[in-house]
Amino acid sequence: MSRAVLPVLTVCAALVALWYLGAVWMNWQLVADAQARAGAAPDLAEMVRLTLAQPRPLLPAPHQVVAELWRSTMTLPVTSRRSLVHHAWVTLSAALAGFGMGVAFGVALAVAIVHIRALERSVMPWIVASQAVPVLALAPIVIVALGALGLEGLLPKAIIAAYLCFFPVAIGMVKGFRAPDAMALDLMRTWSASRGQVFWTLRLPASLPFLFAGLKVAMAAAVVGAIVAELPAGAQAGLGARLLAGSYFGQTLQIWSALAMAALLSATLVGLLGLAERAVARRMGPRA
Amino acid sequence: MTALLALAATAGFAGLIAAVHAGLGGAALWAGVAAAAGLAAWLVQRLGAAPGEGWRGLAAPLAFGAVVLALWEVLVVGLAVPMVLLPAPSAIGARFWLALPLLWQDFVQTFLKAVLAGYALGCGAGFALALLADRVDFLRRGLLPLGSFVAALPVVGIAPILVMWFGFDWQSKAAVVVAMTFFPMLVNTVAGLAAAGALERDLLRSYAASPGQALWLLKLPAALPFLFTALKVNAPLALIGAIVAEFFGSPTVGMGFRITTEAAKLALDLVWAEIVVAAVAGSAFYGLVALAERAATFWHPSVRHG
Repeated sequence: MSRAVLPVLTVCAALVALWYLGAVWMNWQLVADAQARAGAAPDLAEMVRLTLAQPRPLLPAPHQVVAELWRSTMTLPVTSRRSLVHHAWVTLSAALAGFGMGVAFGVALAVAIVHIRALERSVMPWIVASQAVPVLALAPIVIVALGALGLEGLLPKAIIAAYLCFFPVAIGMVKGFRAPDAMALDLMRTWSASRGQVFWTLRLPASLPFLFAGLKVAMAAAVVGAIVAELPAGAQAGLGARLLAGSYFGQTLQIWSALAMAALLSATLVGLLGLAERAVARRMGPRA
Repeated sequence: MTALLALAATAGFAGLIAAVHAGLGGAALWAGVAAAAGLAAWLVQRLGAAPGEGWRGLAAPLAFGAVVLALWEVLVVGLAVPMVLLPAPSAIGARFWLALPLLWQDFVQTFLKAVLAGYALGCGAGFALALLADRVDFLRRGLLPLGSFVAALPVVGIAPILVMWFGFDWQSKAAVVVAMTFFPMLVNTVAGLAAAGALERDLLRSYAASPGQALWLLKLPAALPFLFTALKVNAPLALIGAIVAEFFGSPTVGMGFRITTEAAKLALDLVWAEIVVAAVAGSAFYGLVALAERAATFWHPSVRHG
């Protein structure tokens, strides 16, 4: 693990350096035009300083994004409509609600598929095939259809997030419930264990690694789903709404800070799942 | 027996569909639905329980799909579900046929231009950087954790920025696709290039093979299953990226543009027709990559026994 620290830091530093160079390069024309209009002829150092301090840059410098992130999360009251915490919460709550629904449905479907043979033969191919379909394109339909039923706000977004979550969990869990080898299953049979006992004492514990692998993919997918669900509906709040509003009004700093917030959120949630996975693995003891 | 059952279920649903279009409703509708669905469930159960290999294995999923479609038609028409909520398959099919030229334009704009260009560029760039990382171990150890980390991020969120940089036309959508497909390709190729066994590497070294020869003769073939995994994962990702990027602004053509504007106009049958196009395009793209995989990695255990 520690062997990876130096290379990763080096690559990160290189990326940040590239980012600064890119910011100077991309904003150069903007600053040059403004200075020419003002009749000023700044030297090189002044030009570079200006390119990294534009209010609406083509590419904001990293420190500008961090400053904007700080300003919109820490200095504004959480209840303010301009506070990024408020928007992040709107998206997070939809993503988490969808995650819960999707995971529950995915696990239930996997349980059914493992126990009912005809279901596997008839439904499983469709689940696999549906992964090749751009599910997110359905988002506007779900929003409009549920809007016609009078449902708005959290629920439509959560349903889209759930729809994205449920595939990785269902597929992973079908694999996981099948993970115990024939020897272990035969042993259970010699003990004349019921299907329920086989499930709770053998299949479920064996499926946990697959569950966590699926959960991590699903968590990232849920955040993407919640954000994209905010795009077509003209949502007023949420990180997706911030992205859309920022792109309408050319507020690049707003876009980048919303993007950074989304990345932070997603990475934190997936990281938490990783921690939970480790804790569970420790409780389960060393693998035979 | 199964054929008879299939015939009965088909006839039952055909009659039911004709009846609801003629105005059947109420208790008779529910009785018909219950009877037909019971027949269909029995049929699917029989097909699923029968041993089947190859094409015969397709019978159960196909029957299930047909039943879902038929139930959808019967319930939507029979219960007079408003089109805003859910159009009937027949309405979607009719609209699909009428709007064919429009759908083709959108398909060309989104799929043939943005998706294919972005997919080729993104996968190519990821592959090239992975080749470099394979030679420079320091780079590999630095890039691999980052690449896996990016998998947890909502990459599609950079769409508004790229639309701002590259304009409204397909170039910006291709850029989003590049960003989405790059990292899966990078991570999988790096893992694949490391998959060749130590024994084989030593053998090639004992033959004094150059790094290029080792790459071409040993590492690339060993990496092929990993490459195709990334190519398959990227196929639907690319379509999603292009469609979502169009939500942030596009010329007045394109699948994502059509979906948002027609959904706002409540022309849901056209939106569903567009979804059908996206679904068919996505599955066909995935299927082509999977076929190429079977042809290229015929020696791999997962294909030989598949």
